[in-house]
Amino acid sequence: MTKMVTRALLTAAFAPSLHVRRCSSVIERSDLIQTVTEEFSGSKSVLNEASLYLHWPYCLRRCSYCNFNKYIPKSDNNAVMTACLQRETETLLRLSQVSSITSVFFGGGTPSLAHPSTIAAVLETVSRHAALSDEAEVTLEVNPTPVGKSKLEDYCQAGVNRFSIGVQSLQDEDLRILGRDHNSQQALQTIAEAQRLCPGRVSVDVMFGRPGQSLDRWESELSELLVLCDDHVSLYQLTLERGTQLFKQVQHGELTLPSDDVTAAMYASARRILHKHGFRQYEVSNFARRNAISLHNMRYWKGGQYLGVGPGAHGRFVPLGEGGVVREARTQTLEPDIWILEVQQRGHGTRRRIPLSHLGLLEEVLVMGLRMTEGITHQHWQLFSSDLDLHEIFGTSMDVQELLASRQLVLDDRGLRCSWKGLALLDSMLPTLLLDLETQVTQRQQRNHVANRQRGKTASPS
Amino acid sequence: MSLCILKRWYEMPILRRLLEFKMYRKKLHSYNTTHTTFRHRWIKNLPIFSSRFRPIHSDATQTPKDAVDLSKFPVERIRNFSIIAHIDHGKSTLADRLLEITGAISTTAKNKQVLDKLQVERERGITVKAQTASLFYNHQGQQYLLNLIDTPGHVDFSYEVSRSISACQGVLLIVDANQGIQAQTVANFYLAFESQLTIIPVINKIDLKNADPERVEKQIEKVFDIPREECIRISAKLGTNVERVLQEVVSRIPPPTASRDEPFKALVFDSNFDHYRGVVANIAVCGGHVRKGDKIVSAYLGKSYDVNELGLLRPDEYPTDGLYAGQVGYIVAGMKDVKEAQIGDTLYHQHSPVESLPGFKPAKAMVFAGMYPMDQSDYTSLRSAIDRLTLNDSSVTVQRDSSVALGAGWRIGFLGLLHMEVFNQRLEQEYNASVIVTAPTVPYKAILSSAKLIKHHGSEEITIVNPAQFPDRSVVSEYLEPMVMGTILAPDTYTGRIMTLCLNRRAIQQNMVYIDDHRVMMKYLFPLNEIVVDFYDLLKSMSSGYASFDYENAGYQPANLVKMDILLNGQSVEELTTIVHKERAYIVGKALCERLKDSIPRQMFDIAVQAAIGSKVLARETIKAYKKNVLAKCYGGDITRKMKLLKRQAEGKKKMRLIGKVEVPKDAFINVLKRKD
Repeated sequence: MTKMVTRALLTAAFAPSLHVRRCSSVIERSDLIQTVTEEFSGSKSVLNEASLYLHWPYCLRRCSYCNFNKYIPKSDNNAVMTACLQRETETLLRLSQVSSITSVFFGGGTPSLAHPSTIAAVLETVSRHAALSDEAEVTLEVNPTPVGKSKLEDYCQAGVNRFSIGVQSLQDEDLRILGRDHNSQQALQTIAEAQRLCPGRVSVDVMFGRPGQSLDRWESELSELLVLCDDHVSLYQLTLERGTQLFKQVQHGELTLPSDDVTAAMYASARRILHKHGFRQYEVSNFARRNAISLHNMRYWKGGQYLGVGPGAHGRFVPLGEGGVVREARTQTLEPDIWILEVQQRGHGTRRRIPLSHLGLLEEVLVMGLRMTEGITHQHWQLFSSDLDLHEIFGTSMDVQELLASRQLVLDDRGLRCSWKGLALLDSMLPTLLLDLETQVTQRQQRNHVANRQRGKTASPS
Repeated sequence: MSLCILKRWYEMPILRRLLEFKMYRKKLHSYNTTHTTFRHRWIKNLPIFSSRFRPIHSDATQTPKDAVDLSKFPVERIRNFSIIAHIDHGKSTLADRLLEITGAISTTAKNKQVLDKLQVERERGITVKAQTASLFYNHQGQQYLLNLIDTPGHVDFSYEVSRSISACQGVLLIVDANQGIQAQTVANFYLAFESQLTIIPVINKIDLKNADPERVEKQIEKVFDIPREECIRISAKLGTNVERVLQEVVSRIPPPTASRDEPFKALVFDSNFDHYRGVVANIAVCGGHVRKGDKIVSAYLGKSYDVNELGLLRPDEYPTDGLYAGQVGYIVAGMKDVKEAQIGDTLYHQHSPVESLPGFKPAKAMVFAGMYPMDQSDYTSLRSAIDRLTLNDSSVTVQRDSSVALGAGWRIGFLGLLHMEVFNQRLEQEYNASVIVTAPTVPYKAILSSAKLIKHHGSEEITIVNPAQFPDRSVVSEYLEPMVMGTILAPDTYTGRIMTLCLNRRAIQQNMVYIDDHRVMMKYLFPLNEIVVDFYDLLKSMSSGYASFDYENAGYQPANLVKMDILLNGQSVEELTTIVHKERAYIVGKALCERLKDSIPRQMFDIAVQAAIGSKVLARETIKAYKKNVLAKCYGGDITRKMKLLKRQAEGKKKMRLIGKVEVPKDAFINVLKRKD
């Protein structure tokens, strides 16, 4: 009986239907919601936890390649911003009703422009409303400038236990072209200082596919960096975004980016070099030694809930606090001044809420999960899809069979994952996989719907 | 000789004006229509008084409307003529002036291309559909009925031209005083010449700064063998000397050879379809007369009709009681279908049958193109648009066709390239249809050698419109391709380049003449296939726009034709199969491969794009496999955007066409098949 009612609810998830009311009288409401939510938005363990992202929107200057949400501050509003970040954190913690925050990440913008006391204040707010273990990973993005470096110790005092340093390049000329406000020497000094404070918990961001970069130079630059860095590397290909200064420069022919073939070679050789230096790739762009993986980022790829606080921040969670049953994709107001005003006046800065359908959630779990080298394990998938396993979804697809045969993709007892060469081509495979997922989930829902109707008919005379 | 004297007179402005004034005054007493002319001059000279004279004028023009009695115009006082010219040489402007002078339309600055009613005509400055305007004109005390039959200027529309010409006894051949003779001038001249019409050369735009009428007169003398004294120099824009054109029409062009005493007999030379009244046929009365209420018969169908309405075109319909021998007008007789008003058909009175007039050879489609709705759900509406458009353009042939890539559509035959462009533009403008037009092809022929096939087709010679029907070499004794005689006129500085271009297009030079010190006229025999796509554009651009080109059909010639397949990883792409001359196969194949390469996105494996004849590969392009295709950064804030992109790609994937394992976006073939803009 319980099963039947749940199904009815599932198929009518977004239509405010009579079913819901009729059913709610049959079963204890809280039980029902719990069951529905689990079926819809992941199991209990998923719902109790979340990671927390905090966005510091300010930068001192604009990098030529960046189209991210960042602002050059007009005045010092550290105190106001701090208060608002705290307030919004409280709001979202209450809404999500998560009992524990598993990790915190301060990103930006340039969060190392924030005062260490801001970090401390926010972390304190978190602890007041949810469990935040001492072990929990608390990462701060750092610009490797002398000022940034000098504050590292204070950040540690405030509760940060992991640094992510935006080195980008060890070529000073390239740093200048990219519009960064540091040089390679400062970068190395910052790495050293961070390593001293948080040994084994320092990550460096490095960028390839830069204007005029050659494969040889990239290889030697990366090798040089790997000797000096800590146990974690994030590797990004420079992507040309519309509206950036770099975009214009490339359009006007002032700068040339390496061709697709060259950047593909850069990525391949980087993976080889990192492997040689003992770094294990655990995600498309992330490599770790001595298991120093970023737990915070892993939660994104594993489909965990996360709260996003700050201008333009994104979140994914079920707003249990207001009776929600489905996971929502939430976005905060983009412009800092308006965000601040909204938080001050309304107590929250959420601008957009989009409920994720069951299919929508599974799609995200699939897309994000396959970015990891371990892929999606059957257990992991089971957390979100209790009635359709990976074999049922992908086992019969001709397209998937081909991907398996050409060894781009692996589907076995462990789960679904990319091969070494398949990982570099993930975005070519995803549309196929998404279509298969959609087909199977829709078919299943239709079958359930028909079954429910028939059961409903036979039940109605009584 | 007398012309020379007349000319000298006209060079004396004061005398001329006096003379004209006197002449108009004289007319004023006898005929109301001359008011217009009078006013026209008057206003020009004394603009201040114009407003005072207007009321008088409007009264005056009202009068003839009720008073027209066409029986008053015997054959001797009728002239049927048309104006032919190269594009932009001022044909429509001259027509506007003639209409103004004779009072058919009032004189305002708004009269621009009055006879060109279609939007495409006004935009392109061309005439597509022939129009007729009857003008009343006084000459030496006699009132004449002048029927101006406006013709399309381009040879693509020569079926319209020859139809119009068949109702005429003379033409005004307009040549721009600056540009001189152009390719279409030549083509039009021959059309008129071969119909043995009186040709009056008119040199227009003498008001232009660079006008050189003397040079143009020499060209006319050299190319057309018309004495330079016979040319009339005018400025249609300013109205200079336009009056004389009318005088010459009366004095030089003979009246039609038709007799009012014979039984009624009329040639249908054009027809239009009107939703309310049915078919409106344009007729030239070759004998006798016809009146409202008469019972007439179509010789072609043998069906009889009641004449509901008839009259003149001035250029708007102007009902009258009857039409008489030698006159040209319209007739509405309850025909429901354009097919009932067969162009070239003969009409006669029910009880007095006549021998049919020679009529016209049906126009033959020379350029074919596939037309498909942009969206298959628009199929029905596009079909009705094409149906309606072909109602008024019987020269278009329509055949149903379908393509795996483009869906259901039609293969449409046109008389030429311009005809095709105009048709397409009218579809878009007048019917708001969005159409995919494939690259044009030409009708090839094959002489079959296999007895079985001959029996199957019922003839030895077959026409191939669709490459899919191309018969194999082994069952064919000879392939034939359509040829055209092309005329190119250009300044001699471009001769070398033009010759190279023509040579590359397998053209054979027939002759080359200097029409004056700097301009050359070249004649080439071209395979039609070589000029249908981009020849004209290339010619224009390499000659900075100075070269003009025109062509006429020149039969078929044997050709070494082959069927070329386009392969994607070895799988043939049916819709890209082309018939091509063996010599040109590599160039065409290479270009097709390159265009296809640019239209198919990279995939997870290499894709070979090949052009092949049978098993022999001529050209190859490779679409390299992706080596890396994965977004570098994907954290919490990137998911929404990433998902949106992937979902869109997944949706797009559903619309991909699979050829072997290769996913081809729908528009890839469209990009390849579509004509380059």
